[in-house]
Parts: sequence; C-alpha cells; structure tokens
Amino acid sequence: MESTRRRWLSQCVGIAALAEVAAAQQHAHEAVQSATPPTFQTLDPATALEIDAIVSQIVPSTDGPGAHEAGVIYFIDRALATFDASLREAYHAGMGRVQQKRKEMFPASASVAALSSEQQIQLIHAIEHTEFFELLRTHTMYGFLGNPSYGGNRNHIGWKLIGFDDRMAFQPPFGYYDGPGGDQ
Amino acid sequence: MSAKFRPSDEVDFLVIGAGAAGGVMAKELSTAGFRVVVLEQGPYLTEKDYRHDEVRYTYQAGLTNDTKLQPITYRKNESEVAKPIKAIMYGRQVGGGSVHFTANYWRFHESDFEERSQFGDVAGAALADWPIKYSDLEPYYTKAEYDLGISGLGGANPFEGPRSKPYPLPPMPVKSSGVLFERATKKLGLHPYPAPMAILSQPYQGRAGCVHCGFCEYFGCEVRAKSSTLVSVIPIAEKTGRCEIRANSYVRKIETDARGRATGAIYFDANKREIFQRAKAVVICANGAETARLLLMSKSKRSPEGLANSSGLVGKHLMWDTGTLAMGLFEHPLNEYKSIQVTRVIHDYYRADPKRGFYGGAGIDARFNYYPANFALTGMPPDAPKWGAEYKKMLGTYFTHTMTLLAHTSSLPQPGNSISLDPDLKDAWGLPAMRVTFDFHPDDVATMKWALTKQIEILEAAGAQKSWAAGMSVEDNMPSTHLMGTCRMGNDPKLSVVDRYNRAHDVPNLVIADGSSLVTAARQQPTATIQALAYRAADYAIQSAKKGEFKA
Repeated sequence: MESTRRRWLSQCVGIAALAEVAAAQQHAHEAVQSATPPTFQTLDPATALEIDAIVSQIVPSTDGPGAHEAGVIYFIDRALATFDASLREAYHAGMGRVQQKRKEMFPASASVAALSSEQQIQLIHAIEHTEFFELLRTHTMYGFLGNPSYGGNRNHIGWKLIGFDDRMAFQPPFGYYDGPGGDQ
Repeated sequence: MSAKFRPSDEVDFLVIGAGAAGGVMAKELSTAGFRVVVLEQGPYLTEKDYRHDEVRYTYQAGLTNDTKLQPITYRKNESEVAKPIKAIMYGRQVGGGSVHFTANYWRFHESDFEERSQFGDVAGAALADWPIKYSDLEPYYTKAEYDLGISGLGGANPFEGPRSKPYPLPPMPVKSSGVLFERATKKLGLHPYPAPMAILSQPYQGRAGCVHCGFCEYFGCEVRAKSSTLVSVIPIAEKTGRCEIRANSYVRKIETDARGRATGAIYFDANKREIFQRAKAVVICANGAETARLLLMSKSKRSPEGLANSSGLVGKHLMWDTGTLAMGLFEHPLNEYKSIQVTRVIHDYYRADPKRGFYGGAGIDARFNYYPANFALTGMPPDAPKWGAEYKKMLGTYFTHTMTLLAHTSSLPQPGNSISLDPDLKDAWGLPAMRVTFDFHPDDVATMKWALTKQIEILEAAGAQKSWAAGMSVEDNMPSTHLMGTCRMGNDPKLSVVDRYNRAHDVPNLVIADGSSLVTAARQQPTATIQALAYRAADYAIQSAKKGEFKA
C-alpha cells in the first residue's frame, strides 16, 4: 500500500520533489502526535473540573466521545499558559459570573460539575449569549478539532466525528460528485 | 549565492516589502544586472516551517500581521474616534500574502480599466479610468503566469480580455463543489470555467505539483506547489548574487535629499537597532495599507504631509475586500477539505450594468475555505444550535457535505475611506499605529445583496438540500485582506500619486508598485494585477536606470 502511494507520489510530483514530500509528511506526522501534559500549567484542579463540566456540554459524550474524552480542558490550560495568556483574567472573571449564576439558579448546589446534566444545560442556556461563553466555545472547538499537539483532540476524536482525515496527500476523486457516477 | 551588502553601500535599488510585488521586483531588477536590497518586516520562513496546524494559522495571527505588536485602529468616518481592532490583514514574511493566499489568479477585465467612461459617474465615489488599458498590461499578465506558474484553461472564461498565450499549466482537478457548480450554472445559462490558480497542477521549474492536502488558504505550502514569490521568483533573485533579502527589517522612513530625491530608508533590524540603507532608487511594495502608512511617516521639511503626497491623496481611496458567502448542504459527501479551495468560477455577473440601478458586479467561485475548527465555529447554518448533542450530531454530517459560494464584489473608491496615522496609539517600535477609516458605499451594499440572491439561486439549481446566506462583508467586514487604492495611478499629479509607470509624481527615483496603485478594485482577487503591474513597473524602472535617470 505504502509503495503504491510512493509510486503515485513520485509520478505526481516528480522524483526530485519526492524527498520534499517525504519530509513534509514526516513533520506533519510529528505535529499530530498527542502530547498531553501530565499536570495543569495554569488552571487549579477545581477550576479545571468546573470548566470541563461546561465544555463537556458544548460537545457532550452522547453517541460517542466528546470534548471531555478529547482532552479539551488540557488544550485550554495550554492556551492560557502560552498564546492566550492574556485571557487568564477573562477566564477568572467569566467563571466567577458562571458560579454566581449557578448559585442563583440552583442555590443548593456546590459546583457546576455536581449539577445534573439537565441542570448544566439550563445553566448554559442562561449564559450562552455572553462573551465568556463565546470564548469557551471557541477554545472548546479549537481544542476538540485543532491539532492534537496542543493537548486536545486526543486520538483524533474530533476529526473522526466530523470525517476529517489529516493526510499530506490525496488524489481525485475527493468526494461523491467528482467521482464515477457522481456527475449527472 | 545570496548577496550581502553594507548599509553604506549605495545599492541600485532598495525594495521595501518582499511580498507578491516585492518578490517580482527583486527578481526583475537583479536579473537585469542591478544590485538590490529587499527589506522585509517579517521573518524568512520556508516550507520546512509550515504545518497543518489550524490553531496556529487560523486562530492565531499565523502568517499575518500581529496586532499585539502592530495595533490597528478603525473608525467608520472622521467623526468617530478610531478603536483598536484587526481591521487590516496582510502577509508578514518573505513572500508576503502570496504565501498564505487562496491562490485565485484572475486577470482584470478590459472594462475594469475604463469603468468611469463605460458606466459613468457614481455619486459619493471617485470612480476613475486607469491611465493604462488592459492591452498595456496583457504582456505582463502573461509574463507573471509563466514566471510564477499558474494553472488554468486559456480562453475558457468568455468574459476575459484577449490573451497572448494559454496558461503554462493545465487546470487543477475539479472537486465535487466544482462539479455541482458547473452543473447548476450551465442549467442557468451561465459560463463556468476552471479556476485559474497560482498552484501547480504538474511539476514546473523544479517545483512539485500539488498533492491536494487541502491546506492552502491561511497556510504556507509544505511542498512548494503554491506559486508564492517565496518559492518562484525570490530564489532566482538570490541566485544572481546581486540581491539580498533582509528579513526582520521594519522600515520607518524613506529619506530624501535637499532636492527631494529618495536616498534610502531607515529601518529597525531584528534587535530594534536603527539602520540607514543607502540606494540610488527606492521601490515601495509594502502593500496597499503599509505603503501609505510609510509614506505618511516619511515627513520632511519639503514634504510635511508625507512623501509623494503633494496631491494629498496618499492613503485615500482605500478599497475593501468585499463579498458575500452562501452555503449549501448536499446529499452525498463532497469532502471539500481535500485539495485546493476553488476549482470553478463564473464571471457572468462581473460587469457593472446600469440597468441594475447601482454600480457593481460579482465574480462567483465555488469553494470551501474552512478547516475543522473554524467550520464548527462559523460554518454551520444560522438556525443550527451552537452547542450540545444536536450540534455535535450535525457537525458529523455538515463538515463533509457542505460547500460554499463566494461572491467577490466591487468596492468603490471613496475619498473618505483611508489609511492614516493614529494620533495616539503607537506600535511596539514606537511608530504611529495604522488608522483605518472605512464605510461602504450604498452601491457596494446593494451589490452584495444582489449577489447573494444569485448565489442562493445557483445552490438551489445544484440540488442543495438546504442553502443559507452565511455572511456579507457589511456586517462582518474585518479584517480586509485585499488592500487597494491608497496611492492611485493617474496622469494628473493633482489627482493621483503615481504615474502610468508606477513612479511617484513627486519623487523621480521612487517607484510604488503594489495594491496601492490600483485605481479600481475590479471584483477582488487583485494579486494577478498587482504582480502584472510590478513586472511592468520593473520594466520601466530598468529602462530609467539604464538611461541614468536615477543617478544623483
């Protein structure tokens, strides 16, 4: 199989470029290796549990793994430690308001994680039009569907769900309509 | 190989910006025997630095300007105080925007150069004819197509002007979106044609053909199949031994002598040290936004309002990246994430028609420029849930079964739309931030609304199970990527900044060649025209230099 692909590649791009494609494939391969940090870098474990409870409702684990199994919380922690360090305060303030809302709605509850799934959904409906929820949603989807090297999208859970295949090369037909029988 | 000059060496040409235009200039001037230094504010990256990494290239600044370092402010009109936002986006590395662009490579039509004469005046706008015609630029379009490596089918677009040669490479393989689009538009009596793309359909000049990985727009090509200046003409320039590409070099001022002639430029190097590079002539290719900003920053006693600005028009007539997006869901998988973004186009609605009651037109392409995460965030229909079990279920179908139609629409030049210097905000080097003033002309808005109805009509004719309007630049207009018009070309020094050869009216040894000299915006996709103009401007600059016109 691999030799067929190599042969096709060599025909397609010319022998001279083969090394170039192989190198690109190698670094593409390295980039998608999951590298999950063993501990959180910026989030304290209690806050991480609370955020995880919310992102697990954005992409729930119904009919297969969701944001929780994909390790989205590790992506968020990594983002806040690196390229989105400037958003730590937004998370702090945003989670503060979420907790306030939870206490209003469910005075007897101790945490978001401890709410029932139905209660969590009610809580998110109450905050879904806030800027902070949009930030959480953005981080969740980049964590769920972004490159696994950032700690999320473990075992390509997100990519498998949507049908995305991360490869260095494809050849036609790409879809049904450009394939045999599709053009009618 | 690559030359190395000292700042005290008076080189023949100092080129500012190593992008779509600057790369062409570097190659043309150095292969003609001149000594050239190219200053590029961004880094020198190559294909080995690029990755299939959506977090880095669509979420973070990736290959574009970073407003954390270079803030930009925006206001609708002069009565507002401009607020910081990423209003403008441009490629910021060697190769510039040609590295991360979609690679659509459309020639402007013959009518684009004389729309004022053909269509008439438009209230509130400064619509003007170009001082050159399509026939003046045609040889240079052809040169660009062959030098850089463009794939397409010559003559397939019945609305295009005459071509002296076919494309050097056959069109790219059609995708499912292209098949559906072609079928639907033919049914409607329109004329679909294979998209001309700056992507190699076959090996060309030592570079690999496209392997259809799908990561074109926003990304750098990892196999050098996208015909950026980084992989096509810049290596040729460096091979002459007369051209030095100096990356991480951020120009803050063009210097002039007592007679008003350019003598070189002051820039910050990677360590923020100020360096003055001497040159006999200066060529600015810093893009339609940064070029204007640099000229406005280059004040002197002679030019208190900025260099080359006796007309007061530097920065004015900024034209925007306008368009509308419509999407459709289909029964079978399209897998549009594979291969290049665009394979079929129509130009039937391109030309402005007074019968419509407004100025404007559209070029429509079938495309998919989403990646997994940005699709999940912005690619779903407006009535779909944004989170939860149903959202998750829909993602499982929509990502592979959706295509988009993008209408690239017109943007009228208006005197009030501009690039200027922010009076308060500074960038990380202490230079005035870029301030953008922009509002749509009513005809631009009317054009977008009209284009959207055409897009939906095509999606329905294609048999979409569901189609929806996904966006219009009117509501969501930032950042603008096509930066045009801010140093317009013309014969009258009072009404334009550069002459018909891209030389500044005010400064005899200053050439300005990038999107800023475009008089009209056509229907977007300005890269082919920017590069054709750069080839033409280089041709005339070489003749001028050989005649000794750039000698002090």
